[in-house]
Amino acid sequence: MTNDTLPEPLAEIRDDFLALEMKTRLQLLLEFSNELPELPARYADHPDLLERVVECQSPVFIFVEVDDSSTVHMFATAPPESPTTRGFASILVQGLSGLSAAEVLAVPDDYPNSIGLTAAVSPLRIRGMTGMLARVKRQIRAKAA
Amino acid sequence: MSVQNDPAEQFAQFAHPERLVSGDWLEAHLGDPGLVVVESDEDVLLYETGHIEGAVKIDWHTDLNDPVVRDYIDGEQFAALLGSKGISRDSTVVIYGDKSNWWAAYALWVFTLFGHEDVRLLDGGRAKWEADGRAYTTAPEAAATVEYPVVQRDDSRIRAYKDDVLAHLGNPLIDVRSPEEFSGERTTAPAYPDEGALRAGHIPSAQSVPWGRAAAEDGTFRPISELNEIYRDGAGLVDGDNVVAYCRIGERSSHTWFVLTHLLGFENVRNYDGSWTEWGSAVRVPIVQGSEPGAVPAR
Repeated sequence: MTNDTLPEPLAEIRDDFLALEMKTRLQLLLEFSNELPELPARYADHPDLLERVVECQSPVFIFVEVDDSSTVHMFATAPPESPTTRGFASILVQGLSGLSAAEVLAVPDDYPNSIGLTAAVSPLRIRGMTGMLARVKRQIRAKAA
Repeated sequence: MSVQNDPAEQFAQFAHPERLVSGDWLEAHLGDPGLVVVESDEDVLLYETGHIEGAVKIDWHTDLNDPVVRDYIDGEQFAALLGSKGISRDSTVVIYGDKSNWWAAYALWVFTLFGHEDVRLLDGGRAKWEADGRAYTTAPEAAATVEYPVVQRDDSRIRAYKDDVLAHLGNPLIDVRSPEEFSGERTTAPAYPDEGALRAGHIPSAQSVPWGRAAAEDGTFRPISELNEIYRDGAGLVDGDNVVAYCRIGERSSHTWFVLTHLLGFENVRNYDGSWTEWGSAVRVPIVQGSEPGAVPAR
């Protein structure tokens, strides 16, 4: 994967993780987890609008908006007792929000496997983030259709 | 050096009360020589958010599984892992975790494969500890490395391989997955990745007893009377039975293995850790669909 195809925020997140030792990567993931923003009120009051990501063992719900200028906004919620899932969601929220729909769709599907977390959390767990990314893209495609 | 058992009355009803400790007991014994507290969770970050003082973390994916072969770590790896966590062969180990101790029970089962004698669960795990308002710390793990002997894993008593399960057909099987997984009506919407098995359903004659039925609302184990209703009256188990439990990858069934072995006192219970991800993809093994157990095929 080259930086030509990877949007800047995602490349930065990847480089930040790769710069760390394996154990410290979990600490950075925990920071992301703690940074996951609260849902905007319009979703907090309407959890039915959110889509559950079944690839994750923990309950996580995501919602993607594409505004008039084709800019993507992503929201997610997961309970505090699922910090890993929150961390995955937070990476995507920070890495994808503000990109154009076309840029998000061009993000390589295996981005989650490229950020140095696979060994730290295990390949099975990282599939949760891969599933989340796939759903973000699917929601964007559905909105464009 | 072994630490005394928790004499709490609620454990006396079980076949092996020494396998459980309460929050009161653990709080009073934290720091006792010979006691090591281990946290084992589904979520790999939960320990970092806060854990019981002095507890060490053992992760089922990254610590207990071999990173290459689908198997558990070997005797050398286990010795290195436990030694690095400050656990000696004679340590009393108390394991606790999230999800009603689901993963803690899995870790306990792996410890048992290596014959670690004194390994117990904190009844109710994290959820009960928190509900009781007990303390956590975010202090980093700090265990002095000790010597743990290299012990070969013994898979013969409490672990079943696929061929063992084929040979076992006709004896009781407990499928601890959800009813939907049992019947084979998988929820497969478009664009969902498959669940890692090519076929859906269950092993013929298996009784469906989702693992979580053994846990009460607060995450503690149900009293013996209710466990008897579920497993003896409901699933038809009788004393002396040879039982195999399975789920998707062998983790939920470790919880059931613990219940059958240590709480109900069944002496021949094996966990089939290959479980549905192996059976559901294996060539020409019998499978039954629907909510009924189904008959054992003639050989």
